[in-house]
Amino acid sequence: MKSASEIAEQVRSGASSAAAELDAALDVVRARNEELNVFLYVDEPGARAQADRIDEAVSRGDWVGPLAGVPIALKDNLCQEGVPTTCSSRILEGWRPPYSATVIERLLLAGAVPVGKTNLDEFAMGSSTETSAFGPTRNPLDPSRVPGGSSGGSAAAVAAGMTPISLGSDTGGSIRQPAALCGLVGVKPTYGLVSRYGLIAFASSLDQIGPFARNVTDAALLLETVAGHDPMDSTSLPEPSPDLVSHVNDGVAGKRIGYVPELVDGADEAIIASVRAAIEVLTEAGAQIVELSIPELRLGLSAYYLIAPAEASSNLARYDGVRYGLRINADDVAAMNEATRTAGFGAEVKRRIMLGTYALSAGYYDAYYGQALKVRTQMIDAFKRAYREVDLLIGATTPSVAFPFGSKTKDPMTMYLSDVFTIPTNLAGEAALSVPFGTGEAGLPVGVQLLGPGRSEAQLFAAARVLERAQGEP
Amino acid sequence: MSSPLTRDEVAHVAELARLSLSDEELDLFTVQLGQVLEHAADMSTLELSDVEATAHPFGLINVTRADELRPSLDRDVVLAMAPDARDGRFAVPRIMGEAP
Repeated sequence: MKSASEIAEQVRSGASSAAAELDAALDVVRARNEELNVFLYVDEPGARAQADRIDEAVSRGDWVGPLAGVPIALKDNLCQEGVPTTCSSRILEGWRPPYSATVIERLLLAGAVPVGKTNLDEFAMGSSTETSAFGPTRNPLDPSRVPGGSSGGSAAAVAAGMTPISLGSDTGGSIRQPAALCGLVGVKPTYGLVSRYGLIAFASSLDQIGPFARNVTDAALLLETVAGHDPMDSTSLPEPSPDLVSHVNDGVAGKRIGYVPELVDGADEAIIASVRAAIEVLTEAGAQIVELSIPELRLGLSAYYLIAPAEASSNLARYDGVRYGLRINADDVAAMNEATRTAGFGAEVKRRIMLGTYALSAGYYDAYYGQALKVRTQMIDAFKRAYREVDLLIGATTPSVAFPFGSKTKDPMTMYLSDVFTIPTNLAGEAALSVPFGTGEAGLPVGVQLLGPGRSEAQLFAAARVLERAQGEP
Repeated sequence: MSSPLTRDEVAHVAELARLSLSDEELDLFTVQLGQVLEHAADMSTLELSDVEATAHPFGLINVTRADELRPSLDRDVVLAMAPDARDGRFAVPRIMGEAP
């Protein structure tokens, strides 16, 4: 399977073409999508038109971008003009956005070829894609198991070899957790590094778009392409996209890396063993590893499951049957709102809206939401203290490998615990990635998580690349 | 252990959130929301009165631009997405009841 960097190089040199690469991608989609339920929509005409534009530009000798002719899958919570965008919800079924997300505009400029929209947990609320209104996605490595979530479709697209790269979004682990469960590199960038314009909001202070790839360099290349200031997002960092690809081979010599016991507590034995093995590799590469306990991280899950639903309950108030999406008619407008929302949202979305509405309601605000915001401050301070001692942190991405369908759907708290190691980074607005390292139960991949302060992506990629090379990736 | 919230409270929250729940859903959500709130009890015992709240990782600054006309989405394009539109406006069912 070719990497994104190889495809772009071959398309630019004429050794391959965007049209041929698209055909190869569509062949795999046709062969496996029915079984795996990865794509909710395949935009073949749009993809062909973009591939033809790239090939014509190459034949004229015009500049083509860093992702020339590279097929890419897009999570279906990213608005793409004229292309159905559902968030895996009945409430948006059939809606075609009138504009494209900034990340999609940047991908098109860079020559990438968006193939279609991938399945997710409804409104990105879940860790398995089982809450999608359009059925779960299956893990290409073992179709009896989940691919993780919420960006499970985008992870599965890359793991199945449909596309070499994809975009997802990460609010509490929704890129890193499926990356771990599908054996991929997945990145939650620093808050504000990537524009959220055109990303359908779940929890606005936590959401961030990021890449999936089969190797570190492709992930860096994709992130570099979509990052950088965007005036359409008021939370966008006021700086250009950082150089990432040119630093992937910087190594870890002289770096201090903190091993955080709270980021492996309760994980499977094989996962803890993988983290330890990764630490040995990093040590051999010249990093200094210190054990660094951050007890505040234990409160992350509690704070997150009040803050994220609180923001979601407010963000999802817009689905009222008035301006777009589903409407179920009724005698008056309030009854219409209620009938529309009751029919349009699935159980998990309703649960989170209810939880958030409760946490924000008079009499409970201080006890729940207010207290969670203070815990968030403590978490940010704890990370700051840690990063005065070390450059990066290391732990597990997930407590377990990919789990069987239905094993965590009965009790929401059990599912929420899947994100226990990934949530703190979102609360702090910092950067983290998951890189495959070793295997666990049933030979399934394990993700090792590397965490860093804001704007530490180049260092994170360099450390992940050390682990990747130790496993034979060229 | 009794649930931290009652079935009546769940019904009230559903009304605030404009959701209509069946009896079974009310029972289920009372238990499930209770479990999340019980998990959050590990925060309620912390003494945090001196800690500032953080609603946003980097603090939000109001971003403004010059007050100049710029192109925006065409009105017809926007209204074409609506479930019902008339005379250049979104149309909804009546918003007030009969006079008493």
